Amino acid sequence: MSTRLSKGGRLIDRARAVDFTFNGKRLRGFAGDTLAASLLANDQMLMGRSFKYHRARGAVASGAEEPNALVNLGRGAFLEPNQRATTTETFDGLEAQSQNHWPSLEMDIGVVNNALARFLPGGFYYKTFIHPRAAWKHVFEPVIRKAAGLGPAPKEMDGDRYEQAYAFCDVLIAGGGIAGLQAALAAASGGARVMVLEQTPVWGGRAPVDGDVIDGMAADLWVKKTVQALEAMPNVTLRTRCMVAGVYDHGYVLAEDRVADHTPGDGRPKKRLWRIRAGRIVAATGALERPLSFAGNDVPGVMLASAVRDYVVNWAVSPGDRTVVVTNNDDAYRTAIALKQAGLAVPCIVDARAVANGPLPTQARAMGIRVETGKGIAKVKGTKRVTAVTLCMQAGEGAALEEIACDAVAMSGGWSPVVHLWSHCGGKLTWDDTHAMFRPDATRPPISHDGLAMVYPAGAANGALKAAQALADAALAGAAAAGAGPIAAAQAEAREEAALEPVWIMPQGASYKLRAKMWLDYQNDVKVSDVQLAAREGYESVEHTKRYTTLGMATDQGKLSNINGLAVLAGALNTDIPNVGTTTFRPPYTPVTLGALAGEARGEIFQPLRRSPMHAWHEQAKAYFEPVGLWRRPYCFPRGGENHAQAVEREILNTRQGVGLLDASTLGKLIVKGPDAGRFLDMMYTNVMSNLGIGKCRYGLMCNENGFLSDDGVVVRLAEDTWLCHTTTGGADRIHAHMEDWLQCEWWDWQVYVANVTEEYAQIAVAGPKARALLEKLGGMDVSADALPFMTFADGTLGGLPVRAYRISFSGELSYELAVPAGYGQELWDKLMAAGADLGVMPYGTEAMHIMRAEKGFIMIGDETDGTVIPQDLNLGWAISKKKADYLGKRGQERSYLASPDRWTLAGFETLDGSVIPDGAYIIAAGVNANGQGNTQGRVTSTYYSPTLKKGIAMGLIKGGMARAGEVVEFTKLGGSPVKARIVDPVFYDKQGAKQNG
Amino acid sequence: MLTLECPYCAVMADETELSPGYEAHLKRYGPGSSDEEFEAYMFARKNPKGVHFERWRHAYGCGKWFLAARDTATLEVFGTYTAQSAAPPQALQDKIKAKRPDWKGYK
Amino acid sequence: MKRYSAFALAREALSNHMGWERAWAAPQPKAAYDAIIIGAGGHGLATAYYLGKNFGITNVAILEKGWLGGGNTGRNTTIIRSNYLQDSSAAIYEKARSLYETLSQDLNYNAMFSPRGVMMLAQTHHEVRGYQRTAHANALQGVVTEFISPQRVKELCPILNIDGPRYPVLGALWQARGGTGRHDAVAWGYARACSAMGMDIIQNCEVKGITSANGVVTGVETTKGYIGTKKIGIVVAGHSGQVADMAGFRLPVEAVALQALVSEPIKPCMDVVVMANTVHGYMSQSDKGEMVIGGGTDGFNNFTQRGSFHHIEETLRALIETFPIISRLKMLRQWGGIVDMTGDRSPIISKTPVGNCFINCGWGTGGFKAIPGSGWAMAELMAKGEPGPLAAEFDMWRFKEGRFIDESVAAGVAH
Repeated sequence: MSTRLSKGGRLIDRARAVDFTFNGKRLRGFAGDTLAASLLANDQMLMGRSFKYHRARGAVASGAEEPNALVNLGRGAFLEPNQRATTTETFDGLEAQSQNHWPSLEMDIGVVNNALARFLPGGFYYKTFIHPRAAWKHVFEPVIRKAAGLGPAPKEMDGDRYEQAYAFCDVLIAGGGIAGLQAALAAASGGARVMVLEQTPVWGGRAPVDGDVIDGMAADLWVKKTVQALEAMPNVTLRTRCMVAGVYDHGYVLAEDRVADHTPGDGRPKKRLWRIRAGRIVAATGALERPLSFAGNDVPGVMLASAVRDYVVNWAVSPGDRTVVVTNNDDAYRTAIALKQAGLAVPCIVDARAVANGPLPTQARAMGIRVETGKGIAKVKGTKRVTAVTLCMQAGEGAALEEIACDAVAMSGGWSPVVHLWSHCGGKLTWDDTHAMFRPDATRPPISHDGLAMVYPAGAANGALKAAQALADAALAGAAAAGAGPIAAAQAEAREEAALEPVWIMPQGASYKLRAKMWLDYQNDVKVSDVQLAAREGYESVEHTKRYTTLGMATDQGKLSNINGLAVLAGALNTDIPNVGTTTFRPPYTPVTLGALAGEARGEIFQPLRRSPMHAWHEQAKAYFEPVGLWRRPYCFPRGGENHAQAVEREILNTRQGVGLLDASTLGKLIVKGPDAGRFLDMMYTNVMSNLGIGKCRYGLMCNENGFLSDDGVVVRLAEDTWLCHTTTGGADRIHAHMEDWLQCEWWDWQVYVANVTEEYAQIAVAGPKARALLEKLGGMDVSADALPFMTFADGTLGGLPVRAYRISFSGELSYELAVPAGYGQELWDKLMAAGADLGVMPYGTEAMHIMRAEKGFIMIGDETDGTVIPQDLNLGWAISKKKADYLGKRGQERSYLASPDRWTLAGFETLDGSVIPDGAYIIAAGVNANGQGNTQGRVTSTYYSPTLKKGIAMGLIKGGMARAGEVVEFTKLGGSPVKARIVDPVFYDKQGAKQNG
Repeated sequence: MLTLECPYCAVMADETELSPGYEAHLKRYGPGSSDEEFEAYMFARKNPKGVHFERWRHAYGCGKWFLAARDTATLEVFGTYTAQSAAPPQALQDKIKAKRPDWKGYK
Repeated sequence: MKRYSAFALAREALSNHMGWERAWAAPQPKAAYDAIIIGAGGHGLATAYYLGKNFGITNVAILEKGWLGGGNTGRNTTIIRSNYLQDSSAAIYEKARSLYETLSQDLNYNAMFSPRGVMMLAQTHHEVRGYQRTAHANALQGVVTEFISPQRVKELCPILNIDGPRYPVLGALWQARGGTGRHDAVAWGYARACSAMGMDIIQNCEVKGITSANGVVTGVETTKGYIGTKKIGIVVAGHSGQVADMAGFRLPVEAVALQALVSEPIKPCMDVVVMANTVHGYMSQSDKGEMVIGGGTDGFNNFTQRGSFHHIEETLRALIETFPIISRLKMLRQWGGIVDMTGDRSPIISKTPVGNCFINCGWGTGGFKAIPGSGWAMAELMAKGEPGPLAAEFDMWRFKEGRFIDESVAAGVAH
């Protein structure tokens, strides 16, 4: 059984017990435990079920590489699926549930897949479920989906919050083991700004567990002193629980800080996402131990040798009473020695090498541990827990030599440097034959903006697996990354270790039956036999093998399986491992919470919210808002029990008959000023703006260089060298940028300045036959038709406020648009509402505005235009200057397709029965095209019920346009017969313009 | 996540401060140009896997457009200069030529 | 070719799966072929397949610089839909979608077409009108779509928050027979079928030059030597401009990065594909249980297959707002692809200035869903030398005439 040892445990605080539950069972651990350590201490070896075959699984590792021990944490709004028990800190009140089983962890029906495993080899689903056709969607896929997946989906909105932070440094060091700390000392010595990030809560990495001695001190003490020294340096920042997730181009680093993951409910954000710009990055990310591929290497109780050592030394947890160690290297002997020192039994060390006579094997033998060389494990016995192993000759085919009873197996297939951060931006790897590992190729680093190396690997991550070499390597890497001079590295006592011997399959000549039980990817249930099958079937590229078998695609992203898998592939292809190569390393290093990536931008502040100066009033008036870009505009102001349509109708009739107010503040307002401003606007607009009289307003159209209409609005000449250009609400920023683009990049010698003053002004449209009366009640400037005729403006005061009044109309009514400095907006609005009370003034929203302009036949950018429409299509030829040699879009409009007489052009439409043409309807033409699609000859662009005219009205584009006035055409109607409509003048209201001009 | 030095501000601007503007040093063809010239101006973009000259705007900074020489395959940035430049500065061209001997020039 | 079936699986299980054939052969190139396809991605392989199936042209080599299916075919979000606005787009995407319906049976390879339904959310009144327009267009085009209510949206996708404070859902364009497929399997299935017809798929064979005589192609220089041919089809998304350069013409195409990501797998919680274009993001759940997520493209020429991280953040903000329950899931893996963007964001399937040299490129962000239709149309173009109706509008000269096929009209994120 696995249990807590009575003494030891360098990371736990025995004085602080923590209570938690696993599958409802109340258990106790110690502060400093990981959940996996706590579970093992309570003899809970079985922690989960695998993805495909639902095999019983326990923790195989002790850190981020864990593929098996995934649990659901918390519940309700705090449920978190797929948490690795090996990196989760045990806290008081923690609730964990195992996953991917039914009805229970111990008794899982899904394990039937395990019995059927011979029929379900890698990629089996590509070869079956083909017939009958409908069965995939309705039968097979639902079954597969239910069986797949891991944890359950959360059902509630996230109860936690997340934050994001920026940091900048010269050197970012990923990893707080001895190499990271040494590199930090080296990098910081010259004054560089250094950040050191460690993913676990503890500094020092593996060295303290491995018993290294540095500068004459135990590694623990050296780590403590070094961290203190770094903390004392003002140019160094240190963070634990902060995992470097990814390295991106030009030194951008993403790190996930587990702020309150282990202290839920304390008010702090659960996680913080660091976005760091680092000059250089030191990847001191260590190395991961590789499993060995022997039959039954996934049975709970089979663990990495280093993990077994970690559990014993760090948390005083023994994974088993009798642990067999199986290895191809000397390092695993440390585990045997640690177990023995803890008073546990090690019945045998099974070493695949022919000879093992180095200091560590010698020490183990001296402690009385039996060492069997040239041997391997033929098979592990047990299903939910190891009960025994059978030994065989490594060189043989797996004939059992003897059976050794045990309840744990510690395995080591050698070590692989963690090269993820080196590789994220394209750093290349080289195969190190001596250690059978890929390590960074210093000659082909990832480069930064300056073309120089961006990442410096250090220590074990660079293949320097032993403390002495790792420290020396890290001192160089840290100094190089900082561009600083070298410093003396700390000195570790040399460790003598004999070379490992690569072992990719144990035993070497294992039968198919054994190979079909050798797990490479534990979580995805990919076995040696699956990779060999992929190779036989021609999925020879390592990417094909990965995708065909799902090797390395689980939540651990192949941290344990990749090298073993591609070694097996290389063997099957009869080639070398470097020829096979690796799959691509992609961020993140370990999975990152999506909430942390989104940060605090959610709900109301999901995007910036732009409000007009009168927004609070609209809210109080219970306006129904619609989003327009980042703005929120009142769509209508329902009263009493009105629905939206009723409110819109009332607002329109009130405006048509009395007076209405529209908050037009969101309209874009660009000041264009300078000696060349007129010339510039003549290029920007299709019509001439340079000859506009001071004090006058003119409607203008803007096209892009392709010739398509992109924006419109009223241009006002404020002074000899100054124009004010109104844009659409959505167009302000875009058109401003468009103007700057042309001014800065094409006509940079023209003297023009553009300022976006959209938010400087509140703007209110006062529209309706009583508009003038309302303004006169406010008193101040002369707003008579003579003093302020249509399409002019004047500065003055109204109700004591400084106002610029434009006589422009988008409703077709007598209309003033009043601009005041934004701070006066609410006051002006209030004064208008108060003064207009007895005139029946009411606010109206965007929908009333849309309908009134449609009644009047005014086009709307985004309705009549869609990026493919030119002004000529909209009968706006009058707003296109024939005299100008050039304007943006002119040349584009001369191309054959845009100049074609067959283009669809604007017309009005009235249904024969007064109904409203459906939104988006097309005008049907006879026959079908070469692809069998129904022919069309036009489409509706704006269609409304007109409260003013009490019938449906529409505008649209039709081949032939107004030349076909009077003709009846048919519009599509979804789920109904076509709608007949007559082509009419698109101006339905006040054709002569007497009202707006009055 | 690029960083480009804004030649106006002389700061290393993060990509999130910048708006991209694609190919630089385009010659505008307006009325009077042939269909072929106009098409080439509008659409026949250079798309090299290697040294590329492109436009960027320090949109959330000083608002100025500038030009950058960048390798599209490695993302190395050779230099930036103001948009009011008819051609890349000679020193920049020399630098690129030294780093990429096969480079055929910016035109 | 030994056929795949449940019976075959059982039979092979009895012999420890030692009897399976190679899915495709690994030949050395012959001296010459009737046609060469450059690029063994989905589009290239589909082109070859339909050259053989529809036109009996099987003396074909498909040359691949890396591993087949290794470009955008193997790195997209696997959405299949045809609810496009413009006639020519709807025609080719619907052709593709309808071929996907029977692809597994055609190829005897389970490509896992899953017509689970695709919805495109309308979150502004403007978008409502836009999608209603698409629904009307689709009705005439023979594409079955409908505009559905927010309540129906919620029924089809219960994890969707239709009442968000910023962009409440006002409806959606729903294509019930849209869905997803298994991207790798599409390439592998076509590859296996091409190989079975006797075509040569030659991997790790990079084209270094294209030779021609009197303005007509004669062959290709490759890393495996010179190969003669009568016709060439260039189908190399991401590197179209580079290969076109070898043939001596320039394309109206720019290469930019498009990114995607997956979450860790969870139990099924989402049965449809959802695209939210106002907030810029789309999501579906793979059969493995991962949430498959994508957004918009990066904004600069980029051949690295890596993108800029702030786009991932923007996409996730959008999707957490749309699907609040995903906030506690974790990003497992993110990646990027190189996509060709044309001047109107629609593809090019066209003759070129070089005789018997044809190009298929510019699929931008939406290539996977088009694979069968694209291959069908390209095969017709290569076999006949002239485009059929599916490809007719997608010629590369449309830009000169201003004859754009602009889908951005309907949707901001065309995917």
